[in-house]
Amino acid sequence: MVAELWPGVPAAWSRRVRVPSTAAVDPAGTVHAWHLLDNGAELAERGITPEGTLLCVHGNPTWSYLWRSVLAAAGKLDKPWRVIAVDQLDMGFSRRTGRFRRLADRITDLGDLTAELGLEGPVVTVGHDWGGLISLGWALRHRDQLAAVVLTNTAVHPGGFEVPAALQLALHPAVHQWGTTTSAAFLRVTHALAQPALEKGVRRAFMAPYLNAARRQGVGNFVADIPGDPSAPSWPALAEVSEGIRGLDVPALILWGPKDPVFSDRYLRDLLQRMPHAAVHRFEGAGHLLPEDRDIAAPVFDWLEGTVGPARSRSAAKAGSRADGSTGAGLPTPAAEAGPEEPYRPMLAELDERSADGSPAVVDMAPLHAPDAGPRTLSWSELAGQVDLLAGGLRAHGVRPGDRISLLVPPGIELTSLIYACLRVGAVVVVADAGLGTAGLSRAIKGAGPAFLVGIERALAGARLLNWPGRRISVAELSPAKRRLYKVGATLSELLAAGASDGGPAAAVTPAPDDDAAILFTSGSTGPAKGVAYTHRRLAAMRDTLKDTYKLEAGTALVAGFAPFALLGPALGATSVTPAMDVTAPKTLTAAALADAAAAVQATAVFASPAALANVLATADGLRPEHRAALEKVELLLSAGAPIPEPLLSRVQHLVPAASLHTPYGMTEALPVTDISLPGIRAAGAGNGVCVGTPVVGARVAIARLDALGVPGDEPTTEPGTTGEILVSAPHVKDRYDRLWITQAHSASVPGWHRTGDVGHLDGDGRLWVEGRLAHVITASGGVITPVAAEQAAETNDGVRLAAVVGVGPAGAQVPAAVLETVPRTRRPGPAPQELTRQVRAAVARATGVELAAVLMLPELPTDIRHNSKIDRAKLAAWASRTLAGGRISAP
Amino acid sequence: MSGGAEGTDRRSVLVTGASGMLGGAVARLLLDQGHRVRTFQRRPADVAGPAAGTAGAGGMAGTGGGPAAEQVLGSLADPAAVARAVEGMDAVIHLAAKVSFTGEWDEFAAVNIEGTRTLLDCARAAGTADLVFVSSPSVAHFGEPIAGAGAGAADPERARGFYARSKASAELLALGADAPGFRVAAIRPHVVWGPGDTQLVERVLERAKAGRLPLLDHGAALIDTTYIDNAADAIVRALHRMEYAHGQALVVTNGEPRTVGELLAGICTAGGVKPPAWRVPGRVARGAGSLLEHVWLAAGRRGLVRDEPPMTRFLAEQLSTSHWFDQRRTREVLDWSPAVSIDDGLRRLAEHYSRPGRTA
Repeated sequence: MVAELWPGVPAAWSRRVRVPSTAAVDPAGTVHAWHLLDNGAELAERGITPEGTLLCVHGNPTWSYLWRSVLAAAGKLDKPWRVIAVDQLDMGFSRRTGRFRRLADRITDLGDLTAELGLEGPVVTVGHDWGGLISLGWALRHRDQLAAVVLTNTAVHPGGFEVPAALQLALHPAVHQWGTTTSAAFLRVTHALAQPALEKGVRRAFMAPYLNAARRQGVGNFVADIPGDPSAPSWPALAEVSEGIRGLDVPALILWGPKDPVFSDRYLRDLLQRMPHAAVHRFEGAGHLLPEDRDIAAPVFDWLEGTVGPARSRSAAKAGSRADGSTGAGLPTPAAEAGPEEPYRPMLAELDERSADGSPAVVDMAPLHAPDAGPRTLSWSELAGQVDLLAGGLRAHGVRPGDRISLLVPPGIELTSLIYACLRVGAVVVVADAGLGTAGLSRAIKGAGPAFLVGIERALAGARLLNWPGRRISVAELSPAKRRLYKVGATLSELLAAGASDGGPAAAVTPAPDDDAAILFTSGSTGPAKGVAYTHRRLAAMRDTLKDTYKLEAGTALVAGFAPFALLGPALGATSVTPAMDVTAPKTLTAAALADAAAAVQATAVFASPAALANVLATADGLRPEHRAALEKVELLLSAGAPIPEPLLSRVQHLVPAASLHTPYGMTEALPVTDISLPGIRAAGAGNGVCVGTPVVGARVAIARLDALGVPGDEPTTEPGTTGEILVSAPHVKDRYDRLWITQAHSASVPGWHRTGDVGHLDGDGRLWVEGRLAHVITASGGVITPVAAEQAAETNDGVRLAAVVGVGPAGAQVPAAVLETVPRTRRPGPAPQELTRQVRAAVARATGVELAAVLMLPELPTDIRHNSKIDRAKLAAWASRTLAGGRISAP
Repeated sequence: MSGGAEGTDRRSVLVTGASGMLGGAVARLLLDQGHRVRTFQRRPADVAGPAAGTAGAGGMAGTGGGPAAEQVLGSLADPAAVARAVEGMDAVIHLAAKVSFTGEWDEFAAVNIEGTRTLLDCARAAGTADLVFVSSPSVAHFGEPIAGAGAGAADPERARGFYARSKASAELLALGADAPGFRVAAIRPHVVWGPGDTQLVERVLERAKAGRLPLLDHGAALIDTTYIDNAADAIVRALHRMEYAHGQALVVTNGEPRTVGELLAGICTAGGVKPPAWRVPGRVARGAGSLLEHVWLAAGRRGLVRDEPPMTRFLAEQLSTSHWFDQRRTREVLDWSPAVSIDDGLRRLAEHYSRPGRTA
């Protein structure tokens, strides 16, 4: 039993050091007693030479206790690190000096301490809150020793922003003395920021050094020293650091809790603008006391292992390599073995070549500003002209290469023009669609942190209400009052006008192939939506894959009912038409609207989602003869978004008798991965999962085997019949997850491959069968069960409209339960009737050998809002667990 | 799993409580495996190995045609009788217990705790090598739902009701006695049922017939049960796997959890009775059970009632909260898996009740 001084802190870590001071505030000869947490003695005792030292600097009003999880983890590594967490002077259990220590003093203090300690070997600074600024100050003065910097919820510059409201209050003379020193209010408020709340013992430990007003003097001085403007005494020291870090070329990791009332995302954006090479992970849902809210130790050491570790042995080859774990920038991938990669052709190449073409490029069936006025068409030359004008206007409005622009505009001519204009100026388009729901959309936009935001009025209202970042540009003309209300800096027509006077193409800077081009968002059906970054090269590869897989030659006319692909029309050289529908709700596409769109351009191809197609079938009675004639000309129909059952597809075939029906399988991170045609689906027949066909041109698929607890390994295999996580390798796979370093590192942990999080197997003919999501795998005591085949078997019963099979119980000992949507719909949730239970259990056992523990039913299974088609199994599993535990039955 | 595989190692085994359904099945299985069996109970209960071809059919004691068990009559409260029973035995399987939803604590303590202590003392003194203590998962059930849990530690303080508390104390005593030369294992079969079972099946059928069997809440609580043959099989298996099982408590079930509603309906259908259709909120039943328990106990003291109350708090909890278990460890330690599925068991139950004179 190790004696603990405070919860989680063994006595052996705590030490005191006497340090001569060189700080300007102290008279010569002053010596201070410091308190530190240091695992150095522990490592020495074990005979370990550490990899290097983490120098951890707390902010206000915490102390070294904040870093105990880092100390604990450091000693358990294969290659341990020494961790020194300091208590700054006047703080924690270090000396109360009786002097007002300013920023410059504190940076000097830290240097005095490390000099006294005689630190050898590489040092990584780690800072939180104002400790971030001080740690960076130390870093700039110790470049020879500095190996990397780690920052959590901090700020290096209030310039350009006002001091956060919460701090303003703390700084107010009327409040300051009372709030920070006389009372413990500031401490209590800070501790209350933890999500979830701190345990009592931990809260007490954080309070321990600050029990009376005299002990709290440092807390008050710290707050009072914050420089709000250039007149403040500490401004020069602040400016030195905040400008100095622009030249810091060591690896940097920023871990961020977005729910921070003081150090909000704007400070993250400011940091990234100064340290663009930094790897970032935003922990959605975490707050200011990030080291308390989440495990930061594991990602810090994983990141060090991947960056500082190799750099030490390889001798610093820092420049040019992305620190965020991206697969981008010339890293060889196994895709190179799949066949010769196509030469890079910019996204705008087609548009440029056809700038004199008078034939239609884009058609809007329900134009944004006059939805009932009939279709609006732009020819290739008009589109090229509009894109150039907009690009010029964006430049004139201050948009620079690399700037992020959130486009909150429904699909159509405006969105298409904006996207290609952004690509032209090297701006990064952020495409988060309203299908994420307001809260999801808000999280997505704040996460991506755009510098500009272009929106329709509804989006601008949302931006104002929800405080979305980015200078506002309105698609529509607005009254002066609304303009002020929404803080709109420009409108689309003003940009077009400004573009006319711009230097034209001559002023353009062509983006490099490996520059970021777009941030797309996942559906958010498994947790908060994730941003996915694509470079120009990878976006172009997506275009090429679609083109080669589906033979989409220039001259093809396509109906764009599925957003991601729809945007590629101008890059493909295809005429694209946007049907009249509410794009946020795929269910609103009617058969007539689809046929009208097809007729308008004599479409040969249709892209749509399964939910949209279901509604097309449901409204097919409204088709007139000329509609049917238009649909008969369709040669290719692509149903993308989720697997589509064969019976539904067969009915679609009747509507488009001449079309080859395809359903690609893919995800926001890789669009598409495989493809299968209707005859292919019929030939595959029933099996364990949904057959999604063979890899598309340029893509490769492999499987990472699962262990008994459903955890995938990291050996890719293509052995037929092996169930595991599906891995994809292709030139059009995402470059990386955006500001989600941990997620990215995990997804790319098999070198050259992207982990999809889906499970499935390959068959003897090289076809991929998807068996469900990795997170939905049921880990029964007899082995791993994947849900899809069992669900299909349950759905063969006439009384079952939709089925989801979920696991109940702890990992490794789960039992499977089916949740049904019945025909007719049941009104009350709960166990299914005995006879239906018996039939479903028998059908599932016959088809898959899976023995269901229970069969439950619900009026409606919860589905993911974006595709209207993916069942929310996590929610269902939680509901089934509650229901089968006994007691009253609630809604999911 | 049962059969002659273990018959090569012929042992003398004492089975206490062989007059019960499970004890009888255990004794018959041991005889069937070729072991020498002695039974110990208060009243005569002839146990003979089943005639060839009917192994595992369950049913009444003394119906087999194979070798019979030797009987010692007596009470666990009588150390001299217990000493006679363990005399010359290689192993003991201890099933005798007071099983009831009601009754006074002193009775439970005397039989279940003190009786076990006496048996342990006598067996050790007589040089018995192994003892299997048949326990109950209720020793570690504290009223919360159990979903896929392992065998928790027995806790006499927190277990619910006199039976569970006394069994918890006894299990701690038994496992505490585990030592080199005297190996003790505890097996906790969960809700054992089968033809002739008076604990669950007959109770359910009787009440359903009288229209007194409600579904608590929606009958959605998932529970594990054990078909009689599987329970007997696992208990005997523990004796053969003592090398691995000693010192441990293992929960034994069919490993096929079902909802209470489905299980009760299955039993009713097998017994030719209409399954329950009316519902009572679980919290109401728990409250009513608690009240009835007290009333019945008081009335019992005055000799006013002899049967059990129609609902007890323990029963209400059992029927309205999940309790199903992680069987991985049990199956690994015993190197065993159940031979009779729930569906097979229900078919056997139906056969049993379709025989003339067997309607509930």
